[in-house]
Amino acid sequence: MAGRGASWSEYQKQIADDHYYYARSCIRQNFFPGSERAFLRILGEELGRDICDDPRHTSCTGIGYHSDIVPLETIMTVVARQFALMAEAGYEHLVTSCITSFGIYNEILNTWEEFPETEERTRRYLKEATGRELVLPKSVSHTSDVVYHFREQIAARARRRLVNVQTGEPLRVVEHIGCHYAKIFPKSGIGGAEFPYVLAGMIESWGGTCIDYPERRHCCGFGFRNYLVQANRGYSIANSHKKLESMAPYKPDFIVANCPGCSMFLDKWQYAIAEMEGTTYGADGRGIPVLTYEEMAGLVLGYDPWELGMQFHQVDVEPLLRKMGVEFDPAAKYLGRDGKYIGRPEAAVVNSGPDKRVYRIRE
Amino acid sequence: MALDFGYGISKPRTIDLDRNEFYKGNAVLGKMPELQSCIGCGSCTATCTAGALTDFNFRRLHTLIRRGEFKGIYDEINKCMLCGKCRLTCPRGINTRGVVQLIKRNMGYLQPE
Repeated sequence: MAGRGASWSEYQKQIADDHYYYARSCIRQNFFPGSERAFLRILGEELGRDICDDPRHTSCTGIGYHSDIVPLETIMTVVARQFALMAEAGYEHLVTSCITSFGIYNEILNTWEEFPETEERTRRYLKEATGRELVLPKSVSHTSDVVYHFREQIAARARRRLVNVQTGEPLRVVEHIGCHYAKIFPKSGIGGAEFPYVLAGMIESWGGTCIDYPERRHCCGFGFRNYLVQANRGYSIANSHKKLESMAPYKPDFIVANCPGCSMFLDKWQYAIAEMEGTTYGADGRGIPVLTYEEMAGLVLGYDPWELGMQFHQVDVEPLLRKMGVEFDPAAKYLGRDGKYIGRPEAAVVNSGPDKRVYRIRE
Repeated sequence: MALDFGYGISKPRTIDLDRNEFYKGNAVLGKMPELQSCIGCGSCTATCTAGALTDFNFRRLHTLIRRGEFKGIYDEINKCMLCGKCRLTCPRGINTRGVVQLIKRNMGYLQPE
């Protein structure tokens, strides 16, 4: 194996096969609640694995930490509490839904290893604040690692593949990896920082093809303070803009991201760019649908797109569903639980086709 | 038509070598190849008479031209008084005064009428 393949094979990590303790993501519970539910369903119902969804665990406070609001001692104690809860529940393998949290857990475990006095201090704070004892996890994985780990089992159960049913061609997929997955600690990610294989592996196993475009490894622009401070927000959107400009000529069928922030921004910035500049990036004059890897896995496994929460997306997913041959009820899109109408977003070019305004389609 | 979100899309400050125009810089370098040996030390700018009183910066100007970014350069280069002190101080012995004149000659007709 040479070149990129060799680079991928150098960066492999141990992923536990069963008995996970699940740590949810703040952003995903708000914007992609169906994805976390789909993950639990895939692992629990499809693959028969044991996973603990503990209501006692909290935010890791990573967003506050990266925004200089939460001090280091505080986040270390919060993280230590998550680990203590996991040990109390009888689990050793942490699996986290968020890339920011994943980076935080790795950063803190590494800091404790490099500076043992910080671990001692955190143990003391945890004991004083909660009466709990810190127990270090045996492994920390991201949920995309776990889906990657089971990609062949999922492929064996697939009801559909990532193939355009009209042409028979593999779907062209842009895979976007969150920066904190492997850019901080390359050894913590499958494939390292340069050639992360975690999403590419899923896409290849499920019949799609990855697009290698110039800005493939560029950040989505979330950057915490870049977005949270309005005066800096222009830098945030400029990053997504750069990526979208770079990928558009390759005519992707959809984007898949493994980070909550990236999925949200690559999706919602398409609306903002269309309103600011009048530019859309999809080949049909609309936006490019942005999926989470659980949504991608769910579609492959034949789940209903509205049960996966795909109506929460800014860019409509229906063109992609038709390409994949997914049967869906358009009228049920905005029906919540028990058939209750949850309201629909206002019309915009990225989610309902061209309106009276003139938009420039990026070829 | 465009919605105002209270912020825009920040323009990148990257040097885009695919879009920049190098022919002006190459014309200067063709006639004054010694400019290739510039190490960018900034001595020319530090000793510049015009630069002492204005924001005129010769090192920046010739770097921009060689990089293919010469918008507005002609007006800037006209601030030079051709005193030649930069030539005396250049550690590489580049005829910087000659470079200024070459830039003026090459950039002149680019100006809008």
